[in-house]
Amino acid sequence: MAWFKKGKELKADKKVKIPEGLWVKCDNCREIIYKKEIDKNLQVCPKCNYHFRISALERLKLIVDEGSFIEMDEGLSSSDPLKFRDRISYREKLEENRKKSGLEEAAISGEATIQGHPVILVIMDFSFMGGSMGSVVGEKVLRASETALEIKKPLITVASSGGARMQEGMFSLMQMARVSAAIARLKEGGVLYISILADPTFGGVTASFAMLGDIILAEPRSLIGFAGPRVIEQTIKQQLPEDFQRAEFLLEHGLIDKVVDRKELKKTVAQIIRLMA
Amino acid sequence: MIKYYLDFEKPIEELELKIEELKRISDGKDMNISGEIRRLEKKARDLRTEIFSKLTPWQKTLLARHPDRPYTLDYINIISEEFVELHGDRKFSDDKAIVGGIAKIGNDTVVIIGHQKGRGTKERIKRNFGQPHPEGYRKAFRLMELAEKFKKPVITLIDTPGAYPGIGAEERGQAEAISANLMLMSRLRVPVISVVIGEGGSGGALALSVSDRLYMLEHSVYSVISPEGCAAILWRKNGDLNADDFSKASDALKLTAQDLLQFKIIDDIIPEPLGGAHRDVEQTAKNISEKILEALDELRAKTPGKLTEERYKRLKKIGSFVEES
Repeated sequence: MAWFKKGKELKADKKVKIPEGLWVKCDNCREIIYKKEIDKNLQVCPKCNYHFRISALERLKLIVDEGSFIEMDEGLSSSDPLKFRDRISYREKLEENRKKSGLEEAAISGEATIQGHPVILVIMDFSFMGGSMGSVVGEKVLRASETALEIKKPLITVASSGGARMQEGMFSLMQMARVSAAIARLKEGGVLYISILADPTFGGVTASFAMLGDIILAEPRSLIGFAGPRVIEQTIKQQLPEDFQRAEFLLEHGLIDKVVDRKELKKTVAQIIRLMA
Repeated sequence: MIKYYLDFEKPIEELELKIEELKRISDGKDMNISGEIRRLEKKARDLRTEIFSKLTPWQKTLLARHPDRPYTLDYINIISEEFVELHGDRKFSDDKAIVGGIAKIGNDTVVIIGHQKGRGTKERIKRNFGQPHPEGYRKAFRLMELAEKFKKPVITLIDTPGAYPGIGAEERGQAEAISANLMLMSRLRVPVISVVIGEGGSGGALALSVSDRLYMLEHSVYSVISPEGCAAILWRKNGDLNADDFSKASDALKLTAQDLLQFKIIDDIIPEPLGGAHRDVEQTAKNISEKILEALDELRAKTPGKLTEERYKRLKKIGSFVEES
């Protein structure tokens, strides 16, 4: 058996050069996988079922009926109330992120159908300033919620966020209150709200609309929590358990309804809407 | 009692020590010395007025965290004629970082809830430095529902570095507990008045401050993230951040009562005595209670439906964006 072990070590030592874009190393199982295979599999690792982060637009394709999405409130943009700047100004940072992500903000919203069911939808994008919630994201969630209430159609949100957007200071923090107030009205109006949590969902987003769903779904192994793991580690000065703040951990602790594979997500949402109608 | 002076108060400390020294020597007899004492006392007062008239946001942050600063229970004990503290969330435990109960203020019975910090090592630990677990927010939730059921106004006092970041807190749903409070408070059918008395630390502070009237004490702060946290994110330079970095971060965050009044995020500022709330707790408590009673008078006249409608409208206004059509 000894030479087997040796063989394994050798393999680990060897530096593998990966041609840009053609092969991808899975963040979870470390396997090198042909990128097209992952693309075909909805950005899920075919070896270990690890769900790669996806953009809001990819998410949209995956969850709504083709050609059904009509964007709302796409003209909203932040007005930099604090005149915040670190190395670069907040305005420049926004511009950078727009170029990088091809999006105007960290969330898109609109109406669409899911297997024929009309819904109002908000999808966050982690690649835009860490999916942080400032005034614009808050306003989009608020308006989406009000529209859902008005037309009595379910609200679906897909969260993926580091939390409140520091660069807008208290304006960001107050978005948590605003969106929670809008969801409260939705609930009183008897309108279904399904909250989907994707990797990662933290801080002010978790502690507001993301945890307020009538039904809360999460993608496998998504990191979800209030405080980030690094902050917790620094506070308690202990190493965190391996599965800590993973979707499965939240399920185990009774905080979410269901962990749903990406390929089942659309079907599951449609099923819930149909059953709750 | 040994007084605690912050760094920027050192010149005042020196003067006051000198005054005390002179008083001890003179024992009230020597006329020449008592003249000198009066002169120094005026000088100390002028110096304090000058220093406190131009505090930086970071200095205000330090003042808001001053170890002698009055805490929730200090104020409750002064402003309420009667107070019955109520405990526990009925689910898991009694979180001592949030206190609450029924109180009589003026002619009103109110439910009063606030973050509670501790004084001295033992009590600080007991109060978890004012950082609540989910149970604290759930206790607050229960008390607010109680208030609604018996049509009593809700008063909240805000003073926390933030909700506690720990394993148990996450396991028991810190985020859910906070979000549930935000939702409940937005639709409570009784008046809700919030006062930031010290530190308004992010979501953990917000979870008690969705209200009809939001006030801040003159030297309190309210922020989406602590200056230390902000500095660590912006200037992550080998971990050794200093007061200069925190100072810059506090400037950028616009976390003072004065900034937030300008942004119309809060409704008014409650003045503090010269030198800060701890210099005259009675006076500060009186200022707070007057403001609360004034707001109550105004809010009492509104029907529950109007209250919740106006509260929602107030929230809706808080955003900073432009819209292209």
